[in-house]
Amino acid sequence: MTWNSPAEFFAMGGYAFYVWGSFGVTALALLIEPLLLKKRRSEVLQSLRRELFAKGKSR
Amino acid sequence: MSVITWKYASPQYFYPLAGKMIPWFSVLALLFGAAGLWLGFFVAPTDAQQGEGYRIIFIHVGASWMSMFIYLTMAFWAGIGLSFNTRMSSMMATALAPTGAMFAFLSLWTGALWGKPMWGTWWVWDARLTSELILLFLYLGFIALQAAIDEPRRADKAGAILALVGVVNVPIIYFSVKWWNTLHQGASVSLTQAPSMAKTMLLGMLMMALCLWMYTLAVALMRVRVIMLERERHSEWVAQLPEVQP
Repeated sequence: MTWNSPAEFFAMGGYAFYVWGSFGVTALALLIEPLLLKKRRSEVLQSLRRELFAKGKSR
Repeated sequence: MSVITWKYASPQYFYPLAGKMIPWFSVLALLFGAAGLWLGFFVAPTDAQQGEGYRIIFIHVGASWMSMFIYLTMAFWAGIGLSFNTRMSSMMATALAPTGAMFAFLSLWTGALWGKPMWGTWWVWDARLTSELILLFLYLGFIALQAAIDEPRRADKAGAILALVGVVNVPIIYFSVKWWNTLHQGASVSLTQAPSMAKTMLLGMLMMALCLWMYTLAVALMRVRVIMLERERHSEWVAQLPEVQP
């Protein structure tokens, strides 16, 4: 193990800004993309449901 | 074999199959990600020259690989859609583009954050960096072009031509460090030479790359399912889906 304490781990040997800036933004992107897709999916499903409901009523 | 393959080439069969695969790829992405982060941060040793700063490699290399690999896959499906007029293939290409663009951006972002402390600059106009930037623009061009055309099948065709012309950029990115003198270092992993880095570093990098690969599969399938619903909203198979019943 390279690290003797959590503080040492987070300091990344003085490269904290660069290392956590890389991993942080990547993690954020990989989190946001599926959330946006979930939202887009539920919007489509909702509009489809409404459309089908309207159709069923007019029939 | 061919009967099964063609069956799943049709949206109504592919849609539920894709839905079943998404959780598996998601779990695999999490497992590979956990293994890769553990190896990358706790097992791989400190680099002799770059100290702890080199740990950016664990995300940078995977993101860069995926940005190129997704482009090739996208161009492949776009090409198939163009030649055989198969609408599923074109939808697959469209579904891959935003994720590819995201990885191209992440490759440049993590590269800049790595370049600053090691080279002393966020950016240089060298062959590797410039061709990766062009890759990002190709993705954005593909997305913008498709968004600008209302008729989906015409958008597919126009996008496919752009995607196929842009394929030439991928080998340029890959071989740029060999063909030109660049600030960027050579390939981290070579098929012809024994790995020059510690085994744990290499393994961590591969685990992270596998994580991003599984993530891409899960997300691309999620997106292609949404695109299928949007485009085929007036078809009978969509009306029959349990999730759209009022």
